[in-house]
Amino acid sequence: MNKVLIANRGEIARRIIRTCKARGVATVAVYSDADKDLPFVREADESVHIGPPPVPHSYLNVEAILAAAKSTGADAIHPGYGLLSENEAFARRVLEEGLLFIGPTPEVIGQMGDKLTARRIMEAAGVPVVPGCEQAIDSPDEAAVIAMSIGYPVMLKASAGGGGIGMHICRDEAELRQAYQSAKGRAKAYFGNDAMYLEKYVERPHHIEVQVVADQHGNVIHLLERECSIQRRHQKVLEESPSPFLDTATRELLCDAAVTAAKAVGYSGVGTVEFIVDEQKNFYFLEMNTRLQVEHPVTEEMTGIDLVSLQLDIADGHPLSIKQEDVKALRHAIELRVYAEDPVTFLPSPGTITLYQPPAFEDVRIDDGVETGTQVTPFYDPMIAKVIVSAATREEAVYQAQKAMDHFLITGIKTNIPFLKEVLQDEQFLAGNYTTWFVTERGAASSNEKR
Amino acid sequence: MKQVAANMAGTVINVLVQPGDEITEGQDVLVLESMKMEVPVQAQASGKVVEVKANIGDFVNDGDIIVVLE
Repeated sequence: MNKVLIANRGEIARRIIRTCKARGVATVAVYSDADKDLPFVREADESVHIGPPPVPHSYLNVEAILAAAKSTGADAIHPGYGLLSENEAFARRVLEEGLLFIGPTPEVIGQMGDKLTARRIMEAAGVPVVPGCEQAIDSPDEAAVIAMSIGYPVMLKASAGGGGIGMHICRDEAELRQAYQSAKGRAKAYFGNDAMYLEKYVERPHHIEVQVVADQHGNVIHLLERECSIQRRHQKVLEESPSPFLDTATRELLCDAAVTAAKAVGYSGVGTVEFIVDEQKNFYFLEMNTRLQVEHPVTEEMTGIDLVSLQLDIADGHPLSIKQEDVKALRHAIELRVYAEDPVTFLPSPGTITLYQPPAFEDVRIDDGVETGTQVTPFYDPMIAKVIVSAATREEAVYQAQKAMDHFLITGIKTNIPFLKEVLQDEQFLAGNYTTWFVTERGAASSNEKR
Repeated sequence: MKQVAANMAGTVINVLVQPGDEITEGQDVLVLESMKMEVPVQAQASGKVVEVKANIGDFVNDGDIIVVLE
C-alpha cells in the first residue's frame, strides 16, 4: 500500500493522514466546496474536489470518490467513520475497481449493518442478545403482541438503523402503536429500509463497547473496553477506559464475548462490539460497528497501540503483530467530544470560529478538524474536536481533563465546553457512578435546583 | 408585534403554518435541519399568523424572524 485515499472529512481525515505520514504512506483527501479551506485538505499530499456541500453530492458520491482514487493512483481507500464507512455497496465497488478497502469484507458490513441479521448471528454464536423478536414486524398489531410477550418497556428499532438513530422507547401499548407508524416512516426516509423490530428496554443501562482487532488469517484479539454511557440524544459525549463500572470477572467475560462475536462473522480489520450492560452486570450484544470508531483514541491512549496503523497492516494482508497478552490497560484515558452546539439545549450552532485555541499540555491529545477562521457549516456532524487525556489513575485523568477544558478557547460559535466542564465536576461522574441516563437525570436535577 | 424566531441556524425543511392560522405558544411552526439534526421551531407566542418569512430550502440563522404574528 503506497497511497491511501481518505473518503471522509474533518478530524478523522486528519487523524488518518497523521498515521499514514508516520508510516511513509501518501494520502489523498477528497473535499466538498464547504470544506475547501479545512486543515485536512492541505495536510494530505494531494486533494481532489468531489462536489457541492450536501453529502449525497460529495462525501456519499461513490463514483466521484472512485474517480478521485483512479486519477491520483491511490491503491487503497480508508472510509473513516460515518458517511460510506459501513456501506456494503461502496466497499464492493472499491474492490471491483481493484483497490483495497480498509475495513472488513462487504459481506460482513452487510450482515452487521442489518441489525436483525446481526442479532441472529450473535445468538447462534452464543453471544447474549437483548430479549426481543427474531423477525421484522409487519404491523402495529403484531408489534403489540410481541411487546406483550417481551414485557414493557420495549425499544422499537429500525433494522437498518444504528448509532442511536431510529430508536423509540415505548412504555405501553398506546405509545408503541403511536410510535410504530412514524418510526417506520422515518426509517424509510433515512435508511431506505423500514424493517422494524423490538427489544426489551434495559432500564438504567450502561453502554460499554469492546474494541476488537482481527487480521485476514483468522487471528482475533480484543483491546479491552470503552465506557460510553455519557450520552445526549443517544449520542456519546464522553468516553473512558477502563470502565469504572466493570469488575475484572465481568470485563473478561465481556471481552471474550466480543472476540466470539468477531469470529462468528469472520471479521477482519478493527471493529467495535457494542453491549448494553444492566445494573446487575448482565450484558447483551447491541450492535457491531464495522469501522474505526470516533472514540478509538481512548483505546490508543490506554494501550499505546495505534489503531489506524493496525488497520493499514491488516488491509495489507499482514498477520497481527500483537498478541492478546501484549494488550494492557497502561493508563486511564478519557475522551471529551467538543460539539458546535448550545451547551444547554444541545441544538446545533454552526458559524465562523473567530478564535480557536486548544489546550497544549503533556498527556493531552487533541484530534480536531478546525482552526481560527474555520466556518463550521450546517452540512455535517457538529463534532469539531476531541480532547483525549490519559494518566496513571482515573482521578488524575479527570484532573487533566478539567485542566484541558479550562484552557480550551473557542469563540464565534457556541460549543458544549461549558457542559463538559459541568460533567467533569459532577459528583456522580467523579464517583464513576453513572448510566446512559446521566445527562437526562442531571438536567432534571439542575432544573429542580433552579426552581 | 409578536414574532417567532429561529432557535438555530439551518435549512428550512418544512413549513407547518400559513398566514391566517391561529397558533398557540409551544406549537411547532417550522422544521429546520442542521448538522444532521431535524429540529422543530416552536412558537414563542400565541396569535394569528400574518406572514411566514421562510420557505422550504431557505437558510436561516439563529434568531432570524421566521413568522410574524398579529
